[in-house]
Amino acid sequence: MTILVFSGLIFVGALTAGLLGSLTGLGGGVVLIPLLTLLFKVDIHYAIGASLVSVVATSSGAAAAYVRDGISNIRLGMFLEVATTVGAVAGASLATYLSTGVIAIVFGVVLILSAVLSFFKNRDNLVTGPGSRLTQLLKLAGNYPTPKGRQDYTVKNVVGGFLVMNVAGVLSGLLGIGSGALKVLAMDNIMRAPFKVSTTTSNFMIGVTAAASAGIYLKKGYIDPGLSMPVMLGVLAGAFAGSRILTRARVSQLKKVFAVVIGLLAIEMIYNGIHHTI
Amino acid sequence: MASTKHSVNDEDLERIIGQLLRFGVLLSSLVVLAGGIVYLIRHGHEEPGFGSFKGEPDKMKDPLLMWKAIIHGEGRPLIALGLLLLILTPIARVLFSVAGYLMEKDYLYVCITLFVLAVILWNF
Repeated sequence: MTILVFSGLIFVGALTAGLLGSLTGLGGGVVLIPLLTLLFKVDIHYAIGASLVSVVATSSGAAAAYVRDGISNIRLGMFLEVATTVGAVAGASLATYLSTGVIAIVFGVVLILSAVLSFFKNRDNLVTGPGSRLTQLLKLAGNYPTPKGRQDYTVKNVVGGFLVMNVAGVLSGLLGIGSGALKVLAMDNIMRAPFKVSTTTSNFMIGVTAAASAGIYLKKGYIDPGLSMPVMLGVLAGAFAGSRILTRARVSQLKKVFAVVIGLLAIEMIYNGIHHTI
Repeated sequence: MASTKHSVNDEDLERIIGQLLRFGVLLSSLVVLAGGIVYLIRHGHEEPGFGSFKGEPDKMKDPLLMWKAIIHGEGRPLIALGLLLLILTPIARVLFSVAGYLMEKDYLYVCITLFVLAVILWNF
């Protein structure tokens, strides 16, 4: 296989990953890394580097629209980025010490958890009132557009959310994924922010979190331009197409199929990790 | 809680951040695409070698060496430049937020944002 054919196949694979990731809300990275390592036999360090690059691209691209519409809570995002960036740096440093087998096993476990989390029903939270003293100090309350006009809300459990965000950051840095599922969990289930605010603010944060580990990845040579090129362009094109058809597509069925696929990929990753064949 | 003037500033900040992100992604994609075309023309017929981790040469990391190689007509360093622009996009967003919070005189968030910026830049 020549580089031309290889790049073309990677582009098609990345496009599919970006499309599915955007339709199901799980992100492109979760299916991209198994695809690159299991099917294309790419070293997991290069796969993580290319995935991280695509995560920055899709996050920034999507966040542009949400921020403009005033759905994301920028202060909430900025405050929680303290937790995710510190975590990301720790995770990226850890990635340079761990063997490919161990990374593959951790990846598999996180993949299964993400698939399970995607089945949890999203509560549409609405916490109103003055909020705690910490919430007030950090000005975390906000409002977001609804069909009935802008709705005010506030958040709870700031410390708990902060700690889960820290873990999300470590996983993002270690595995080159956005850890969107965990970020949404922290804001939606723990801090009780409205779901729409959680998902868009999570998306807004992913790019900055990834940029924090990207410095380390660049220095260690994880980001190969030849591999990252078709991956980035493919995932970006797929995510863009996904956002266009998202309003019309029925995603609940797709989500189930995707979760099963992810589960199988996870088992394969763990198996290869244990047998040192990755 | 927030005065009208305050919220107008917040909205301006949001609009500009949105445009900044869009511009960064578009620009970096075009540079990566241009580099990709050059790379595939020059090396498209060769065998890919991503099976084992070897790291990257300095011209893919150091902006000065990257630039010299780009002038020389190489594709991979041009892709690397595009990827660097992409990674700089969210960092520019954080930098811009510092200026925004300074203008709003929200010094707590100036500090929080500067801390985030420091964590990111510390590792570059």
